[in-house]
Amino acid sequence: MAPFVTIVLRDLRIAVRRWSEAANPLLFFVIVTTLFPLALSPSADEMREVGAGVLWVSALLSSLLALEGLFRSDADDGSLEQLMLSPVPLGVTVLAKIAAHWLITILPLFALVPVLALSYSMPITALPTMFCALLLATPTLSVLVALGAALTVGLHRGGAIVGLLVLPLTAPLLIFGTRATDLGLHDEPTAGPLYLLAALAAFTLALGPVAIAAALRVGIE
Amino acid sequence: MRLPRWFHLLGSPPFVYGFAGNVAPWLGAVSCVLLAVGAYWGLVVAPPDRVQHEAYRILFIHPQIAYVSIMAYVVMAVAAGIGYVWRIKLAYAIAVAAAPIGASFTACALATGSLWGRPTWGTFWQWTDPRIMSETLLLFLFLGYLALRAAFEDRDKADRVSAILAVVGVVDVPIIHYSVIWWNSLHQGPSIMKLDKPSISPEMLPPFLIMVAAFTLCFFWLLLNGLRGEIVERERDSRWIRQLVEGTRG
Repeated sequence: MAPFVTIVLRDLRIAVRRWSEAANPLLFFVIVTTLFPLALSPSADEMREVGAGVLWVSALLSSLLALEGLFRSDADDGSLEQLMLSPVPLGVTVLAKIAAHWLITILPLFALVPVLALSYSMPITALPTMFCALLLATPTLSVLVALGAALTVGLHRGGAIVGLLVLPLTAPLLIFGTRATDLGLHDEPTAGPLYLLAALAAFTLALGPVAIAAALRVGIE
Repeated sequence: MRLPRWFHLLGSPPFVYGFAGNVAPWLGAVSCVLLAVGAYWGLVVAPPDRVQHEAYRILFIHPQIAYVSIMAYVVMAVAAGIGYVWRIKLAYAIAVAAAPIGASFTACALATGSLWGRPTWGTFWQWTDPRIMSETLLLFLFLGYLALRAAFEDRDKADRVSAILAVVGVVDVPIIHYSVIWWNSLHQGPSIMKLDKPSISPEMLPPFLIMVAAFTLCFFWLLLNGLRGEIVERERDSRWIRQLVEGTRG
């Protein structure tokens, strides 16, 4: 447990010291959610209908932006190699990196989502479901993003290809996430999609680090 | 434990190259004959459907292509996984050969499906249908696999990294299969691949199965040809390839 906390704290400290880099995905999230209404120019009713989908897609895209920092800078300066050589199992290191990524790029979204949801004229009563869905879906998202980052860590320009690899895999999150949010908007029971999101999170958090560790071992040689 | 000799030969590129060259034409010939028989039986002999009339006849093409697209992914993922675990270069070659064929079959399955959907469901494409979506995801997995490989200059690294992606993507295979059971889908439930008696008319079953065999053999025919090309590409600096080329020239 101690190495896990150490790595998380280290990544958080780096993020705080390079805060402008960490802030970019958040800014991107805000800008994308602003562009959608400009492009669609919908009425308030339509805004409410598309709002959930827009917020989910924007969250997916903004978390992709942050993936360069996940392993790349550590791989470039050699600290990732040191982490891999240490006696800590690589899976634990990977989980710590994922946790740090989640804290840096996803957690601040929770502060932005209520503001944006209100600007999309979504009722406040829908917010708890939205938070639950985001809370359950985003760990899976972080694992998938980390997988994309690990698969391309050996490439110097892997940015474009990561989207191609990761975005299709996020389809289930998008489906169940927007489904839960929609049901919440219409005051219907939301347990079904939320359970499925929780199951996905358990599945990916358990098996994802194994695949990510394997990809890192190949990428760093 | 002593392994039989043929098992070791399976790891030898010249042997597999020659073996694939000998077997592939037979697979191709049988596949073409079965395709012709199945197409005639299905399109002409089999009776028209009570509900869908003549439009149902794509039943003898679309499910088979979709099934082969999933099988192609399984072949690719298993081969890539074997290559990753035991470091067998030929297994990687099989995975690489399977990817473009699988991608084509997936694209054909989506195309024939949407052609079938127009007269029967009244729409070419239904975004909310889970089976269409999971099949589309399969296409993206194939394309992602190929794109990831293309991004690496070092073939050895490309083999191993793309193998991880291929194995991760296997989660989509059960989703495609069970999508019609788990969710409300426009697609019908399973009618052949179940423990119970098949719920297809007995007059339609033989051409259906003939076409399944035909497309399966067709896939392996294409796979062996692709594998031969991939082996030549990988072994182009080795002596036996040079001798082979000089033999055909001389």
